This record gives sequence, structure tokens and C-alpha cells, in this order.
Amino acid sequence: MKKMPVLAALAVALQSISASADSLRIDNATIITMGSMGTLQAADILIEDGEITAIGSDLSGDADRVIDANGAIITPAMFAGATTTGLVEVNAVRESVDSSVSETPLSKLHVEFDVRRAYSPLSSLHAITRTEGFGYTLLAATGGQYSIAGVGSLVDFDGGFDSFSGDNTVFIDVDGYSSRKVGGSRAAHWMLLEGAMADLDGRASEQEYLTQAGRAVLKRLKSDGIFVFAANRAADIKQVIGFADEHDINAVIVGAREAWMLADELADSDIAVMVNGLDNLPADFDSLGSRLDNAALLSNAGVTVMFTSDETHNARKIRQGAGTAVAYGMDYDLALQAMTTTPAEVFGGRSRVLAVGNSADLVVWSGDPLEVTSYATAVVIEGQLTSMESRQSKLLERYLPEDAGMGRAYINR
Amino acid sequence: MKHLHQVGLIAGTLIAASFAASVSTADTPFPSTYKAPSHAPTLITNATVLTGTGERLEAASLYFVDGKIVSVGEPPIELTSDTRIIDAEGSWVTPGIIDVHSHLGVYPSPGVDAHSDGNEATAPVTAEVWAEHSVWPQDPGFGRALAGGITAMQILPGSANLFGGRGVTLKNVASVTYQGMKFPDAPYGLKMACGENPKRVYGRKGSGPSTRMGNIAGYRAAWIKATDYRDEHAEYEALSDEEKKEAKKPKRDLELETLAGVLDGEIIIHMHCYRADEMMTILDLAKEFNYKVGTFHHGVEAYKISSELAENGVCGALWADWWGFKMEAYDGIQENIALVDRPEGSCSVVHSDSDEGIQRLNQEAAKAMSRGNKAGMDIAPERAIKWITSNAAKSLGIDDQTGSLTSGLMADVVIWSGNPFSVYAKANQVFIDGVERYNRDDPTLQPVSDFELGQLLEVSQ
Repeated sequence: MKKMPVLAALAVALQSISASADSLRIDNATIITMGSMGTLQAADILIEDGEITAIGSDLSGDADRVIDANGAIITPAMFAGATTTGLVEVNAVRESVDSSVSETPLSKLHVEFDVRRAYSPLSSLHAITRTEGFGYTLLAATGGQYSIAGVGSLVDFDGGFDSFSGDNTVFIDVDGYSSRKVGGSRAAHWMLLEGAMADLDGRASEQEYLTQAGRAVLKRLKSDGIFVFAANRAADIKQVIGFADEHDINAVIVGAREAWMLADELADSDIAVMVNGLDNLPADFDSLGSRLDNAALLSNAGVTVMFTSDETHNARKIRQGAGTAVAYGMDYDLALQAMTTTPAEVFGGRSRVLAVGNSADLVVWSGDPLEVTSYATAVVIEGQLTSMESRQSKLLERYLPEDAGMGRAYINR
Repeated sequence: MKHLHQVGLIAGTLIAASFAASVSTADTPFPSTYKAPSHAPTLITNATVLTGTGERLEAASLYFVDGKIVSVGEPPIELTSDTRIIDAEGSWVTPGIIDVHSHLGVYPSPGVDAHSDGNEATAPVTAEVWAEHSVWPQDPGFGRALAGGITAMQILPGSANLFGGRGVTLKNVASVTYQGMKFPDAPYGLKMACGENPKRVYGRKGSGPSTRMGNIAGYRAAWIKATDYRDEHAEYEALSDEEKKEAKKPKRDLELETLAGVLDGEIIIHMHCYRADEMMTILDLAKEFNYKVGTFHHGVEAYKISSELAENGVCGALWADWWGFKMEAYDGIQENIALVDRPEGSCSVVHSDSDEGIQRLNQEAAKAMSRGNKAGMDIAPERAIKWITSNAAKSLGIDDQTGSLTSGLMADVVIWSGNPFSVYAKANQVFIDGVERYNRDDPTLQPVSDFELGQLLEVSQ
């Protein structure tokens, strides 16, 4: 009985993020489809029941809602990088952070730690990120007790409690910074990971590295999951390449500041990277070779490049990194791909390409989507035109008027 | 006795100014050794010039000689034969970019424990420490910032303490010593911090403060001591030489000397403070002890009190979009900088507090400008550039020397590849006191720190 009003309130909250319309047409846009249709000028796009049903010029037919884009650019909704959106509200408020587990009763690798069990779509961060043109993120486990941080996957910013998609993805630290967690040497990461793999094969005898649940999860990951390794140093990246080859796993490297040194090998091994386009400092001895043209050198060599910003609250900053990568030589189209369609392909999500038959996840931009002065003017997620309101837009509304009338607290629409 | 003491206080206040000159900076310890080398008279032509004073000039010239700006707009009628002429067609020219909040050198790259020199987190009041004594001039971050057009910056201690210590303003010139970078005659800053950081650091130690009210009590106790110290020294300095022989010379105290420098208006307060209510409390605190807050740093909620900041003549040094990393940063909005800029007499500043952000303050300003315009304000690049040039110079008390392209000021100049309010724009040439310190096309004009020299030699690039 008591719970009823709460559930009712949730239902209202969930509905309110999207203006419900069965069909939506956006006219007169520059549509960057990221697919076989390329970029279309003065084009229209029709969305019915969540799906793209037509793209072309002068589409006719009724739609419940029609928007004139006035020539604005449309792209697929963007990827917000690897974040902990929905797993954190305020970093320094411990009880609002669920992205890592550090102390557990068993001194083992906990590959079965799955952050999706802690996920909430009702965090204020969702609207704040979505309204900036982002449709999905890679929900990541961060820095666990030992080498393995835990499992996550792609998640859509559609307000759903379980809008997870794509392949199960495990996050693993093998860098120097995290070596303190495994006794002081990064070699111990590989000792533990090899031990876990041996555990899986039933080869380990004296020491078991995994729990029973962990063995089941790792087994599944090995056959159809993705292993994301946090590594920056070229030597560590080299280890990842060898490990992925030996165990026949799908590997992605995040950080990857010195990856440019191994660009050809990464391309040959079909290992994708997620980089921060703003990295260029020797932040530590793992990243002496950090440089702004890392993304350009990698993508020119044929490596699949994605971006991440190392931020969750300010995940929107990822666009600045992609723009900077372009400023330092990355092909514009590849950078835009990296920001939209590539992550869905790499992590096994549905296609984000704007094409008939695909789910409609798109953004209307005020200008060049990689430019810092541009912003999203409309965001469509799974065919629904979503609200452009967020906690931050509400704060702006409250403090924008110079006359506060009764006081700011009453500016409360 | 009581009566006498009060008289002494009044006397102390009256002669504060002369005391300031004679005691606070007595021997100007650790003096700047920076001297700009000579350079050819330089004429930049055909550029879009943002002057930093709110003007935008098209197809304009900038002429500087002996480190000083001579003319802006029209080229001089006569040029000497040794003049270097740079045709900057298609380029934009701005004053050198100034970051009022940096920890380069004190939290340098690589960020190893041995380099963690920014917070003397051993007591809540450490006004006696000076950030310059922690600066590692070989921080590769200085060179990266130069490539982003940074010509001057204030290096501050961290925010663990109520009084974190003195900041120092540096020219962004490569040097083996920080003295070789020290901005001549720039006033010192004093870093103070509100809110969560000090109460967290000292609450955990069990020594306090552990609450916001404890923070305020800590500031007040320190200002009371500082006021007494200042008066005691002032009274002594007011004595004649004869009287001085009889009187006991008051002891020197580094902590109180710095605080007295603030009371005397010599040292500028740079206060880390996020919440609107806390900033207003601090303005009352400043009134209680008759000092001035120069700049609130971070001020994630500054937009809630933009009028009050302008009325009090306080600058807000802010981020374009950073928020949410702690409770006091929860209400951050991207229009903060534009809203703080809106009232008459405002002083909005874009700061970095980051070795990444300092490399692209122009982009941070671009984001803030765009968000202001989206919200209906009408902010042109010629206004927004002030946030990272003249307003920043004002915050540091060096606006009579640099921060705008005004004749007589230092020739601190950036030539950009295009409109600097873009992610694609690059600083192509950077001049400090007229000397070309960076050139994107000329590796011999790109400083490399000792730390980075000879690394990764085996890698073919």
C-alpha cells in the first residue's frame, strides 16, 4: 500500500523524459547518416513507432509531429564514452557511488561483480548528458580491488531501468598506477589474469583465482564478451595484444596514450582503442609518449578508434576531445563515426546508423557537432523526441531572470 | 590601558599604507630574475584583432617595440629597416592568455608522489608557505600551456587549508629557476579555501575544523591575530629613530606577515569557494576585518549571486562546464560564466585549475560564450576574450602591465590560426614581452623541458 504513490511517481518521471508521439518527421536537415546514404543535404527523415521509415527529400505523408530543422546538421546520437552514469550522483558522496567494489570477504578476482545491478536511470546525470546529444554510454566498472574491476555493458539514455544492450564487457586494469593493488608490480596483473584463465580451464590446483560464479561469468565473457583493458604504456599494450591472441578474446584498450607506437600491430590484431583526445602530457611514466595526434596516427593506420573523456558528470566534454583529434589530423568522418556508430559496433549494440529499419537515435545540432560552440537542439532516442530539460536547465531558468519576484525558490515551473 | 590600545589601533590603521611598503615586502626576498631578451621591432598586419578591451578590429595591425605595444589598428607610418613584418591574413590576434588558477610546477607532470608539492596539509592555517618554493620549472605542462597561448599564470597552493599560502604570478617563459619566470612587480596572491576541502582534511585528522562553522571560526581567529600583528608592527614603524632604540622591535612572523599584507591591501585574496551562501559569508567576513576579496575561484554557484559579486567588485574565476564531483559542485551550470559577466561592473574570468584546461582556455571561453548566447545573452568574441585576458589580469593585479593590446603595455600577444573560439583554432605564434617564445611551425621555437629530453629515444616518430 505504502509503495503505490512512489511507483506512480516513477511512472510519471519516466514518461516525462519523452514527448510521446507515434510518428515524427524532421524536415530540411543536413543528415549525416554515417551509413551507405552518406550525407544528405536538405533532407527529411521520418520516424514511425521508434523506427526510421524513410530518409529523403520532400518526404510527404502525415506525421504526428513535424520539426523544421532549417538546414541544421543531424547525426546519430552520440556515445558518451566509458562512464559511470547512473552509478554515481556525487563523486565525493560515498553512498551515491556504486561503480567499484574494494573489500569483499573473499580475496579473489570478482569478475562476477556486475555494475548493472546498481544502475539507476533516474540520476540527474542522464538528462544532463542526454540533452547534450548523447544517446548511450558504456557503463563501466572502475578500479576494483585487484586487476578485474567488474562487468558492464552499453546502456541507452532512454530512461529505462534495464536498457542494457550489447555484449557483456569486463573492465580490467593492467597499468602501472593500479599495480599497487596487486602487490606493487604490474606483472602481478598478468599473473592473476593468467591464473584466472587457468582456473577456467580447471588447470589451477593450489590457488583458485575465481569464485564459482566468477568462473561462469568469465567463461561466457571468453566466448562472446569483450575485455576492456586500461593501459597507456606501449609495453603494457603489447602485453594486451599477446594476451588477447593467446586466449582468443575480444579486447579493447582504454587510455591507450602510447598506442600510436603499436598502431600497425593493433590494426592487425583488430583491437579497438578508446582514447581521450585531450591527452598529451606525461601524466606518469606510463604515458611519456602521450600526444594529441594519437587518435590520428591510430586511425590512419586502420585501428578502430573511439573516444572517452575520463569524465562522467562532464561526459559531454568528450566532443571537445574528438574535435581536438580532428584539429590534430584525424579524419573528420572517422572522428564522427567514433562518436556515434563505432562504439555500438564494437560493443555489440544495435546499429546507430541512420538508415531505414533502424531504431531512430539522432541529434539535431546547432552547428558542427564536433565544435565547442555547438550544442544539441533536439535529441531523439528510440524514436522519441526527448525532453531538453535537466536539473541544470531548471537551475538556469531559475537564475536567468534578473528580477526574482517572490524569490528564486518560487521560480519553479 | 584599554583606551590606549584603541588609540594604537587607530594609529595603526592610519599608517597602514606606509607600513606596508616598509615591512611586508621589506627585502623583496626571492626576487624575479626575469629579463626579456631583445627582439626586432615587430609589425603584425592584416589580422582580426581582439584587443582585450572589448574591441574587435578587422584587417588590423599590431606594432610592438622593445617589449611594449606601440600601436593597435593602423600600422605606423614609418618603420625601421630591422622591423619584422608578419602578414597575419586569415589569422586572429589576441592578448596573451592568462590563467589565474594553475598548479603547474606544484602538481607537475609526471604526477608522482614525489612531485606532490601543492598542499601543505599539516595545519589549517599555513599562510607562511609560498607556492613558488614548490614550483618545479621543468614541468612539461608549462610548454604545453605555451602552445595554447598562455603567457602568464598564477600558481596557487591547493585548497586543503583555510589559508593555503601565497600564490605567485609567473611569465610562461622556460627557465631553470622559478625566479627566472617570476612576473616582475606582480602582487602576491593569498590562497584561501571555503567549504568541503578544509573541513574534510582536518575533520579526518580530528584536529578541526570539521564543519563550515569551524572554517569561519578559523578564519576569524587568524584575522584577529593578523590585525594585532599588523598594528603592533605599524606602531613600531611609526616611532622615530630615537624611540625605536628604546622600544622592543616586534618579532617577525611569516604567517602573520602575509595576512598583514592582505589587510594592507598589498596581497590579493584568491578564495576557493563553491557555494553562493558561503561566498556571501566570506564577503561579510572581509567587511568584519576590513580587507578585500579579490577573486572567488571555482564559484560553481557564482551565478546565484552575480549582482552581489559585481557590486562588491569581486572577480569570479570559473569553469565552463565542470560540475558534480562533490556536493558543493552539484549546482554547476554551463551559463555560470556568462551570468556572472552580465551585471554592470562584473569581472568574469575563465580559469583552468588543470594542466589540460590551461592548454585551451580559449575553448573554455568559447563554450561559456556559446552557452550564454544560447540563454539569450548577446556575447561577442571581443567581450568573451576579456575573460581570459584583461579580466584575468585585473584579478591578478597586473592589468596595468598586461592583459590587453593597449599601447604601453607588455607585448604579450598570440597569433591564432583562426577564430580562437573554436576547437580547431591553434596558437601559431606566442610573444611574451615582444619576444617570440613559441612558433608552431618552427621546432627551434618550441621549448622542451629537461624531463622530456631524451625520453623514448628508441621510438621512431
